[in-house]
Amino acid sequence: MPVLEVLDLVKHFGPVRAVDGVSLRVDSGEVVGLVGESGSGKTTLGRCVTRLVPVTSGRVIMNGTDIASLSRRALRPLRRHFNIVFQDPSSSLDPRMTVGEIISEPLRLHHIGSSPQRRARVDELLDQVGLQREMARRYPHELSGGQRQRVSVARALSASPSLLVADEPTSALDVSVQASVLNLIGRLQADLGFACLFVTHDLAAVEFLAQRVAVMYLGVLVEVASREELFASPRHPYTQALLSAAPLPDPVAQRSRNRIVLSGEVPSPVDPPSGCRFHPRCPVAIERCSLEVPPLRPVGPSGALAACHLVDDSGAAPALT
Amino acid sequence: MTLLSVKDLTVRFRTEDGPVLAVDEASFDVAEREVVALVGESGCGKSVTALALTGLLPRNASVTGAIELDGSQPSRQARGRDIAYIFQEPMTSLNPVLTVGRQIGEVLRKHQGLRGAASRRRVIELLELVGIPLPSRRFGEYPHQLSGGMRQRVMIAMAVACKPKLLVADEPTTALDVTVQAGILDVLRNLRDEIGTAVLLITHDLGVVADVADRVVVMYAGRVIEQAGVVALFARPTHPYTRGLLDAVPNPARHADGGLREIPGRVPVIRTPSEMCTFSDRCWYADEVCRSTKPLLAPGPAGHLVRCWHPLEADHAGA
Repeated sequence: MPVLEVLDLVKHFGPVRAVDGVSLRVDSGEVVGLVGESGSGKTTLGRCVTRLVPVTSGRVIMNGTDIASLSRRALRPLRRHFNIVFQDPSSSLDPRMTVGEIISEPLRLHHIGSSPQRRARVDELLDQVGLQREMARRYPHELSGGQRQRVSVARALSASPSLLVADEPTSALDVSVQASVLNLIGRLQADLGFACLFVTHDLAAVEFLAQRVAVMYLGVLVEVASREELFASPRHPYTQALLSAAPLPDPVAQRSRNRIVLSGEVPSPVDPPSGCRFHPRCPVAIERCSLEVPPLRPVGPSGALAACHLVDDSGAAPALT
Repeated sequence: MTLLSVKDLTVRFRTEDGPVLAVDEASFDVAEREVVALVGESGCGKSVTALALTGLLPRNASVTGAIELDGSQPSRQARGRDIAYIFQEPMTSLNPVLTVGRQIGEVLRKHQGLRGAASRRRVIELLELVGIPLPSRRFGEYPHQLSGGMRQRVMIAMAVACKPKLLVADEPTTALDVTVQAGILDVLRNLRDEIGTAVLLITHDLGVVADVADRVVVMYAGRVIEQAGVVALFARPTHPYTRGLLDAVPNPARHADGGLREIPGRVPVIRTPSEMCTFSDRCWYADEVCRSTKPLLAPGPAGHLVRCWHPLEADHAGA
């Protein structure tokens, strides 16, 4: 049962084609990692899904209701079913509100519970995210970066949403603090069972947290597969290059691996390349790649999807060197 | 041959909130043609150490200790010539109204008296060295016309224009995407191989360290807490903090299942020299000795230099 189904979603900012026809499903209780580099459109997709920006076209079906075209007024009661955690907790928490007020704000907005019930809920949430209950009276500036991100998670989960969008929740944090936030999201997700769209550029974090992974390049999805399949045998040439470029934290393994170095840089989303958007940088591109847009289609027996002319229906992928 | 030798480097800042001891008796060496990574989390003192080497600290800093280059204390001029520095964000260090060729040419004119065609030839050579395609066309372009990766390459070209002996690179790839980062790390490796520059790489990214470093210096709360060759350090960390840091990074080889290791608590702000191990309040193994006596950086298990009263033995440290 999908909690979220995105169908042919398009979001243009003036001439910038940030998201250009993306379809993606997140099932109940599932963590889907959405990975891509800067300018891939992954953050914009997260914002469209939570309707923080209006959608240009396409559908965003949340628990059976298409929220892409709803008015803000009609959308308001549905907002309790999804929420978002941002990258930088110091700019996404209101500095004039106490931690308790921040966490209970979604409850107040949606008229959930009486005031003592909300206070009890704040205590419960603070327990769940590993903060002391006394923290409810503190202000964001009194907390460390990791504690602030815990508050953001508690706020996002306070109305028990069925979908959490986490947009680079650990990118602004130090390594040891990242670990605790990743552990926290993983544990809460397992305990509470919400679905999660985890948007990040950090492949290691995705491998740790996500069950399925969607790879985005220049506004479109190029590959969607289970974590195991994607990391063990990436099919799309871009996915292969991306995985090979992320250095492993192990000098022996890192120095002995075969690395694929891409030429050029990500083109402008104002005027994306014809055909396959990756073809100008693809080491194995053929003429067809510049002419014909490859559809995202099932490849192989497992239901993995790839958008590449060179990946055949059985799932066999081109080898890059 | 030792190129750079840092001995008991101590940096204090006077701030409105009182004194801050940012670097506390840091000592380490960089050999010729060596890539040394200075690693740690925010506030560990790694960037302040880099700034102290290049003499770029603000006025409220006081520096003690010795910095030697080729066995002697370098003059201000020698330091400017022999130690080059690149920052995380190239756009803030490039002049937006000068073309790439003009900016690099300026460095050559000032330090080597090169002008005209000779200068242009050398600039194009430098752009080639850092892997910029179509260098003669890029020569006339402005920084805003370049991508982030290309800007960082221009910064490196400028930094190595006068053949410094040491390049200090402070988080040079942190602002870049991984596919672009891979190219910049290749450039740093090439500098060493082609023109023999040693590199002191300041980073928090253990993947980058694993990729390019020969040796690793780990800092925590202003102190150097462990030093070892890169393979030895990752295979067998002996300081509990180093171990904790390695275990905190998602790595399928280390975490087949279960969670990531967390280091409880947070990095302390050190104001005055402390007579204890500054990691002791977060350490799993700390005892009374750790809380009362400062450990020294000394040879420990597996030949690492380690600042710890209870360095991890093989059975603790094995992966």
